[in-house]
Amino acid sequence: MLEQTILSRRTLIKASVLAGGGLVLTAAMPMVAQAAVGVDATPGVLNAFVTVHPDNTVTIVGKNPEIGQGIKTMLPMLIADEMDLAWDQVRIVQGDADARKYGPQIAGGSFATPMNWMPMRQVGAAARAMMLSAAAAKWGVPVAGLRTDAGKVIETASGRSATYGELATAAAALTPPDPATLTLKSPADFNIIGQAIPGIDSPRIVRGEPIFGVDTQLPGMVYAAYERSPVFGATLTSANLDAAKAAPGVRDAFVLEGKGGADQLVPGVAIIADNWWLANKAREKLAIEWNNGEWAGHSSQGYTAAAAAAWAKGEPEEDIVKTGDVAAAFASAAKTVEAEYAYPFLAHAAMEPMNCTALMHENGTLEMWAPTQNPQPGLMGVAQMLGLAPDKVTLHITRMGGGFGRRLTNDFMHQSAAIAAKMPGTPVQLIWSREDDLRSDFYRPAGFHKLRAAIDAQGKLTGFDDHFVTFALPQGAFNPAAMAPDIFPAKFVPNLRYAQTKLDTRVPMGALRAPSSNALAYVMQSFLDEVAHETGTDLPHLLLALIDGHEKEPDQRGGFTGFTAGFDPGRMRGVIEKAMAMGHWSTPAGEGRAKGFGFYFSHQGYFAEVVEASLSARKQVQVHQVWCAGDVGSTIINPFGALNQVEGAIIDGLGQATALAVEIEGGRVTNSNFHQYTLPRIAFTPKIEVEFIKSDNPPTGLGEPALPPVIPALTNALFALTGKRVRKLPIDTALFA
Amino acid sequence: MAYRVDINGESRELDVPGEMPLLWALRNELGMVGTKFGCGVALCGACTVHVDGVAARSCSVPVASLAGKKVTTIEALAESPIGRALQQAWVDQDVMQCGYCQAGQLMNASALLARNPKPSAEQIDSAMAGNICRCACYTRIREAIALAAEKGPVNA
Repeated sequence: MLEQTILSRRTLIKASVLAGGGLVLTAAMPMVAQAAVGVDATPGVLNAFVTVHPDNTVTIVGKNPEIGQGIKTMLPMLIADEMDLAWDQVRIVQGDADARKYGPQIAGGSFATPMNWMPMRQVGAAARAMMLSAAAAKWGVPVAGLRTDAGKVIETASGRSATYGELATAAAALTPPDPATLTLKSPADFNIIGQAIPGIDSPRIVRGEPIFGVDTQLPGMVYAAYERSPVFGATLTSANLDAAKAAPGVRDAFVLEGKGGADQLVPGVAIIADNWWLANKAREKLAIEWNNGEWAGHSSQGYTAAAAAAWAKGEPEEDIVKTGDVAAAFASAAKTVEAEYAYPFLAHAAMEPMNCTALMHENGTLEMWAPTQNPQPGLMGVAQMLGLAPDKVTLHITRMGGGFGRRLTNDFMHQSAAIAAKMPGTPVQLIWSREDDLRSDFYRPAGFHKLRAAIDAQGKLTGFDDHFVTFALPQGAFNPAAMAPDIFPAKFVPNLRYAQTKLDTRVPMGALRAPSSNALAYVMQSFLDEVAHETGTDLPHLLLALIDGHEKEPDQRGGFTGFTAGFDPGRMRGVIEKAMAMGHWSTPAGEGRAKGFGFYFSHQGYFAEVVEASLSARKQVQVHQVWCAGDVGSTIINPFGALNQVEGAIIDGLGQATALAVEIEGGRVTNSNFHQYTLPRIAFTPKIEVEFIKSDNPPTGLGEPALPPVIPALTNALFALTGKRVRKLPIDTALFA
Repeated sequence: MAYRVDINGESRELDVPGEMPLLWALRNELGMVGTKFGCGVALCGACTVHVDGVAARSCSVPVASLAGKKVTTIEALAESPIGRALQQAWVDQDVMQCGYCQAGQLMNASALLARNPKPSAEQIDSAMAGNICRCACYTRIREAIALAAEKGPVNA
């Protein structure tokens, strides 16, 4: 799903007249997309939508799924600014899943900003150009004498004006401009981009209005609970449903055969009732025999032992990257550093448990209301499962109570659709319990790293070796543990090898906010802190020394986002120096406290963070302050949303570092609810100071890149405080006893 | 057997088993979906309502226990001057990311300000300890409560 290629980014713009007057503007971007995971390629066009109403309000479609990252507010801001609207004219509606109209619609990978920065602005600029042309024709004057402001065209000389609403019908009759002829605003003229604008749905949310997926209500709707085996990969042998069917409020119960992998339809029993609590309660009355199969013996402890065995064996299965002569570097080293690092499986634990509402209409079309981060593959997968043509499925994207990557996988949509298919004409809402949610996730993969560093007589890092023990994933699946060959410090240490051994598992795995980076930042930045300590320097100075003299890498065109700026050591230096200044790095922390440093580059964002921490009398980790310097390019589109993402990512990372682990035992997850998955609470929240460096680069996303470096910044602070190195997450405070 | 429960000043009939949690009576029987399901076992606070003015986890309050009591939900938060102050502060501070937990946060915060109009930072943290925000909007939750307390109740 993350492997699509945009071959052409030339935008076509189409206009049409609204019934009752007004203008609908469509920006069509021809593009060719390669196959998404498990889904046939859908060559399509990207359409962003602007509707100008006679009363001069303007409806803008937010095309991407909103999971709390602020995208439903932010993408329309780009259109509105270039169109020269006042923000209070703007109404925003959520677009349905529709690849032909909207192109890619995905909440993931911090992709939305780089992918949409230019196309959305072009949509707005085209609309503005058409309004100018319509006014020029109406008044018989040249466009050159006209300007726009707050949804009006104004003749500069005479001062006469017309609202966009008054011009909309005439504008719609015009030939849309060639995007190549459009002049976009100079950043100095932005009056919406760069303003702190509250979330567009916030007023509705504080009133408790129905807005999330699980708030969907339809006439005659019933509720479903789904019982599946807690053991991954299990199959259903037999089920006695009589007692469950006789339970209060229960309308029906039936078995669903599994179809496809864990990301599609896992086998289980659906219970249908008038009230979800009654459906869920009736699960106690089910008598099901499962065949747990060969995977029931798997455990977290087993994987830890298997990693140790892989290391004991010595040679990894395969190299990821190898440069220089690693063996020679270690043979000639004046000093070597060795350490073994480990981190656990993690769950997403979005606040809104997985749910989906579906209605199989009597005419055989399926309508769904789905809180999904990845609607298009969800639609295609459901259509394929039910043998429906994709155009027989309508998918309404709902606002989501968090995502963090969990809702990139649409297993819950498959369950909901399979249940609805059994009861045509009756809308059904499937809801998972919190226990279902924690036990049926697609987990951040655990991982194990055996690291070695070679240091020469001058104290220079000359060799680096990592034997990574990870998991084998199903063929073709997105690998959320993938260790890219250019993970830092690759390319910055002359003799380096990253290699891996893969363990078999049936634990489902998926992307968790900043996938792979959320683990690798900890491992690499903590181990480099060890190297710095051994060489008599500190981590930021070691990092600056490693990148010294290195040039920026070339930019790349193509790829999912169309453009990827090359890794720039200058931007890395910028955030490192900024964070050092912000965190008063050269000044020791107060009595009983210590500071730690972390840097990471992910999702095209550069982040350096300083953490000041201490231990309580009971040896609990206390984080007092975090200083964060980030570089995501030239523009912070919505400073409100941006700050919220960065603060949230920092607290999220600190929570992972201190408390979170999913434990596997008997082939299943043992965590059941929030008492065994202890997310950070308000009192844990440190003071957070954030600054952005505005570098001369196109803006990139903020959902993820602030998270990774905070974890090593904390563990490095704890080393500075105690002399104890945290080599396993979550932090075991017994280390400090 | 049917129960009668006073919800937001209206007497509502609920023909459900007495052990059904208030949360599911609100959401699935009355269509009042502002109160959110998060954990089902009073660990996250997403389902917080007021029972006789005191914050309560509706996922763990059986319908049968509510005879003679007054339930207030997020749908009626704007009817109180403190509620309006908090709603305004929440929007002004752009508190939320996903927003799913915020009904519970607001109901808990309004119960706090009703009994302690000028809470200290420590009192805010302590009172809000039962409400998880997975997006971790905690710095702004703190700020918004302090702002609402400073500005005081907002009359309609």
